[in-house]
Amino acid sequence: MFGDYSLGDLSSIFVMQGFAGLILFSVFVLMALGLAIIFGQMGVINMAHGEFMILGAYVTWLTSSFFQAHFPALFSGYFFVAMILAFFASGALGMLVEWALIRHLYKRPLDTLLATWGLSLILQQTYRSVFGAREVGVELPEWMMGSKQVTDTIEIPINGIFVMCLTVLITLAVAYIMYKSRWGQQVRAVMQNRVMAGAVGINTDKVDRYTFALGCGIAGIAGSAFTMIGSTGPTAGQLYIVDTFLVVVFGGAASLLGTIASAFTISQARSTLEFFTSGSMAQVITLLAIVGILMLRPQGLFALKVRK
Amino acid sequence: MSEEQDRGLQSAFRRKLLMGMAALPAMSLLPTPSLAQAPATSAVNTTGLAVTDTEVTVGILHSVTGTMAISETGSVEAEKLAIEQINAAGGVLGRKIKFIQEDGASDWPTFAEKAKKLLVNDKCAAVMGCWTSASRKAVLPVFEQYNGMLYYPTFYEGLEQSKNVIYTGQEATQQIIAGLDWVNKTKSAKSFYLLGSDYIWPRTSNKIARKHIEGHLQGCKVVGEEYFPLGHTQFNSVINKIKLTKPDVIYAIIVGGSNVAFYKQLKAAGIDLSKQTLLTISVTEDEIDGIGGENIAGAYACMKYFQSLDNANNKTFVPAFKKMWGEKTVIGDVTQAAYLGPWLWKLTVEKAGSFDIDKVAAASPGVEFKGAPEGYVRIHENHHLWSKTRVGRARADGQYELIYETADLVEPDPFPKGYQ
Repeated sequence: MFGDYSLGDLSSIFVMQGFAGLILFSVFVLMALGLAIIFGQMGVINMAHGEFMILGAYVTWLTSSFFQAHFPALFSGYFFVAMILAFFASGALGMLVEWALIRHLYKRPLDTLLATWGLSLILQQTYRSVFGAREVGVELPEWMMGSKQVTDTIEIPINGIFVMCLTVLITLAVAYIMYKSRWGQQVRAVMQNRVMAGAVGINTDKVDRYTFALGCGIAGIAGSAFTMIGSTGPTAGQLYIVDTFLVVVFGGAASLLGTIASAFTISQARSTLEFFTSGSMAQVITLLAIVGILMLRPQGLFALKVRK
Repeated sequence: MSEEQDRGLQSAFRRKLLMGMAALPAMSLLPTPSLAQAPATSAVNTTGLAVTDTEVTVGILHSVTGTMAISETGSVEAEKLAIEQINAAGGVLGRKIKFIQEDGASDWPTFAEKAKKLLVNDKCAAVMGCWTSASRKAVLPVFEQYNGMLYYPTFYEGLEQSKNVIYTGQEATQQIIAGLDWVNKTKSAKSFYLLGSDYIWPRTSNKIARKHIEGHLQGCKVVGEEYFPLGHTQFNSVINKIKLTKPDVIYAIIVGGSNVAFYKQLKAAGIDLSKQTLLTISVTEDEIDGIGGENIAGAYACMKYFQSLDNANNKTFVPAFKKMWGEKTVIGDVTQAAYLGPWLWKLTVEKAGSFDIDKVAAASPGVEFKGAPEGYVRIHENHHLWSKTRVGRARADGQYELIYETADLVEPDPFPKGYQ
């Protein structure tokens, strides 16, 4: 297995694979953060999470076309504008969906699965009607392409570094909102005991709506970031949904720390295995390992201690 | 944008409007309409197909919903254009073609069910359809049982032949072997890294490629072979392997949306396709739309058709297609192969002098279509097409530039000896 490579090659392999794993880790965290809030905190099984991401990707595409047509000089900075717009677009749609659909189903969490699955089909068809069935190409500013040469054999892609920084920023922001801000305390209070939270004067309807919107908004940002690495088509969201649930469930649904830990474990395992086996085998082995661990520890890596 | 918006939905009004507009300028340049007196229905339709004195019904069976809609949209568009042009040129045996479109919905059992509906209920005289091998395999027993005729447009892995199917795309040897020979000769390539999506077509194709590289090309070897699940978006690991093994040629047959991730990451990892040779048989102009021309510029593709082909047929085909479906549309290899279907059927029916499936199947070998956008094609005894193989280099504007084409038509060989 190692025979074909020299010692110098092997050390570069581990550095580059480690880095590939870190990029995958950032991608997983970005995908899963929004879902961790919606599923972990609210107990809503959001099968349309992928479609909220793709909305972010389409917003990014629209923004890039707009900048190309009207402000070509500012093109190199369009991505930041696009991410903010993606956040608000997905968040607004999330708010609408919560009002129209989800709020009627809080007492029936399994029904949210069916309702949001239907929603995902509707959204896919909407994207197909509006943007066409073909994939759209999002053009990136020049500075995001290319890679940074560290040594002769080690090169690190710049958009990977960008995704990593973005992930750190968003994770810190979410952690602050959920655990330090007054609103985060309200969210957690509502999720632990809705009736009691209402009794002490928290407007639970409003908290629900903004929590759901926040989760969807983060999905929008993730979708925007994915235009750098993935494809943007009506059904592209489906590609992410399984991995996203995998990360959240494996980490322990209600814990943000668990989400991060599980994203790290899965991404590093997959990236290392991918090098020494193949893409398909790496997925199979990782999945089997996760199934095995979940059988021993059904609550996931990190479980929240709640009095039942 | 507006032209593309409702392509998925296909508003009937808009279609009629555009068809009328599109047909007019194209007509003058197409093969001359057959002005012969329409023969009596009883003489040309002895098996109860949907043929009247003025109309003949065919089926269009593709996915316009689900994951394959992205690829099959172009095929549907090309088939409708061909039907419209044939009607404008007088129809088939004096009868206008009417089509019934069914949606396979990217689901193979649905394909089989709809195929049965088109053959049994609608009595279609021919069906243009399918894209993936899985959908073709699903409908094949239906076409054989109910004796229908399928015109199948996608390049595919071969190892199949049926009296009831005309394969208008290339089979594996026409594409792979010619391409590998070319890259071996002109780029002095000796080492190859094979990668693809994980299902039947890439695996079979790579098996043929490996046999050819190791068995027929002097001193060449395969330094790596790898497969990824459909829709995979993380290629950093395999890109690292490519960097370490330094193959002369990356031979990539990844399909669909994964391509976007692959080429973007390849570029981000600093692999310059103007220095590193990459040969693909799965990226058409359609996929480049999503990948972005700047990410794939310099890569070579081996197939039989590029939108940029410089010949008289193509110069009328491309504007007619764009007039009907919008300026921004692109035309890939499969789209062109789909366009051949209705035309080959018309020519075959007129050669047979009958719509009957058995007579059409028997008359198929030797039928030639001189108006093909790819230049010229002819149907072989094995129901595949004789066609040229071409190599193009991707440009930043999303088009391929023709680099090489075989001097002669390449004989189709769905069951290549020594390659299985």
